[in-house]
Amino acid sequence: MEPTGATSWPRNVSDPGPVTPQEAERLRERACFVRLETIRLISIAKVGHYSSVFSCAEIFSTLYYDTMNIRRGEPGWPGRDRFLMGKGHAAVGQFPVLADLDFFDKAWLDDYTRLGSPLGDHPDMRKVPGVDFSSGSIGHALSNGVGMALGARFRKQDFDVFVLLGDGEMQEGQVWEAALSAATHRLGRLVAIVDRNGYQLDGSVDDIAAVEPLADKWRAFGWVVHEVDGHDVVALANLLRRIKADRTRSQPCCIIARTVKGKGIDYMETEPGWHLGYLAPEDERRARETILAGADAANAEVAGNGIASAVMTSEGTA
Amino acid sequence: MNSTLHPDSWQYRELNKRAPSLSVLSDTLIELAEAGHPVVAGTADLQHSNGLAGFAGRFPERFTQFGISEQNMVSAAAGMATTGVIPYVATFASFLALLCCEQIRMDVAYCAQPVRLIGHHTGISMGFYGTSHHATEDIAIMRSIADLTVVSPADGPQFAAALRASVDYPQPIYFRISRGHDPEVYARDTPFEFGKAIIHELGRDLTIIATGMPVHPARTAMRTLQEEGYSVGLIDMHTIKPLDRAAVMQAAKTSRMILTVEEHNVLGGLGGAVAEVLAEEGGGARLVRHGIRDEFSLIAPPTHLYRHYRLDAKGVEETARALLA
Repeated sequence: MEPTGATSWPRNVSDPGPVTPQEAERLRERACFVRLETIRLISIAKVGHYSSVFSCAEIFSTLYYDTMNIRRGEPGWPGRDRFLMGKGHAAVGQFPVLADLDFFDKAWLDDYTRLGSPLGDHPDMRKVPGVDFSSGSIGHALSNGVGMALGARFRKQDFDVFVLLGDGEMQEGQVWEAALSAATHRLGRLVAIVDRNGYQLDGSVDDIAAVEPLADKWRAFGWVVHEVDGHDVVALANLLRRIKADRTRSQPCCIIARTVKGKGIDYMETEPGWHLGYLAPEDERRARETILAGADAANAEVAGNGIASAVMTSEGTA
Repeated sequence: MNSTLHPDSWQYRELNKRAPSLSVLSDTLIELAEAGHPVVAGTADLQHSNGLAGFAGRFPERFTQFGISEQNMVSAAAGMATTGVIPYVATFASFLALLCCEQIRMDVAYCAQPVRLIGHHTGISMGFYGTSHHATEDIAIMRSIADLTVVSPADGPQFAAALRASVDYPQPIYFRISRGHDPEVYARDTPFEFGKAIIHELGRDLTIIATGMPVHPARTAMRTLQEEGYSVGLIDMHTIKPLDRAAVMQAAKTSRMILTVEEHNVLGGLGGAVAEVLAEEGGGARLVRHGIRDEFSLIAPPTHLYRHYRLDAKGVEETARALLA
């Protein structure tokens, strides 16, 4: 799916140009890494949110390895772009990325959720370098992001604030308080990304409390809205590059990323009960094979090297 | 000063103009900002009732009007604090402490952000606005949140002193203040230290431990009873958490009885906190908790409510005398 909303972009965007095939390969490979590491970490905890991570693996990959202005090994660098996660339960997919960026020791991952570990089901800014704000109670993160953007404006700090929201999270009233607030205060450096995977713990989002028409809602709240296939790293990265490069943004923008919950594992994609689950060892082996095969197909001509490195990274710390 | 302003008045704009203690928040924040402290402020559609309109006029770039979205305000304040500012956010205590309880716990206290939460018009001071606007649970709720300091100043000068002390205080703070035009106990620049109670006097017969607005009537009651020959003391427990346990024990060792006085449910508030110390430390003094006795407060003008709940000087005096008799 091509990103929509392009007509609303100002003309003086300095477009950094589209991602190259090599860059796209790298982003797919890192998304594959996120999925494989998520399986490995959940095998330690014995229960976790596989499918919530699988829907946003490409979003993690694109933000951390293409879009955001960050410095490897410097999680506290004041000029870094901020990343907040309303759907904090996807932290199991974020932690391997933070470790990969040398924000903390990769060995921490091996003790995921064990007594005394800084790494739990939700991200904790006081315990995990690279987590810009704690979350766990759904609905707060966009407000936290509003505050960061307001503070940055007053302090004349130059960074963007990216907030990943679940689509079930759209049911939280505070999200819309924050949306009003961001538009009123013209927080152009605030970017919300909605992981529109369609499912929440108890079933289909729109059966439980309908959030559509979602793009119209955000527009009505004064946000610039873009819609994109959240698994298409090329579309996603190009969109985010253009947003990031546009220094004239005067309104917050919302990217609705159309995604598939459990993307990459066919039975998770069709069974919303996988919001929280555990793969037995044999199923885990098959899931890894499926993910690798899927990445292979998506990245046929260059898959060999990329996937090999993903497997190495994943198993190297297992 | 217009002397026709009734103690039950709700003329916010008039009060802002002429009652100096109502603009303590605004005036003190202006003073701190002018001194170079990175203070910012926000409110939820109540800039006239808390006086922040003054600060907003002086420092518009430091002020955020969040509208009627208190939870967003609290979470945003926590986000702002990560950029190095010290946010002071103010709204009615009933909404701040109860509606935003979870945002305070998660985003402010757990994330250890130096946000200053100003819950104003606390207790029953909202009078006839009714139970929805009364806050007789906020101390109990706020003091059960780890790493959150809970402060209940007795008057404007003490609130100002506490605000000044807050700029380099490391932890988040919940301030519980009354209407802002309450009778004053202290002169300006009376020393203030978080967690250090002000021991006015210790009585052999009875020591009153009060917090917030009731400190003033408790002091009046103490003086009346002293004139009658009783040995009565008073401790201003402005910081409810961390509680000055040593001050409680000093009273327990000196006095036969301790009377706690608070504009709050006797469950979980100051009385509860003092009871915990006495139970654990084994103080010999008998404790009586005076406040709202686990009921939803009635509707009436504030002064009528204070009279009804015996939280005015006469009510505290009579409550104490009944114990002394």
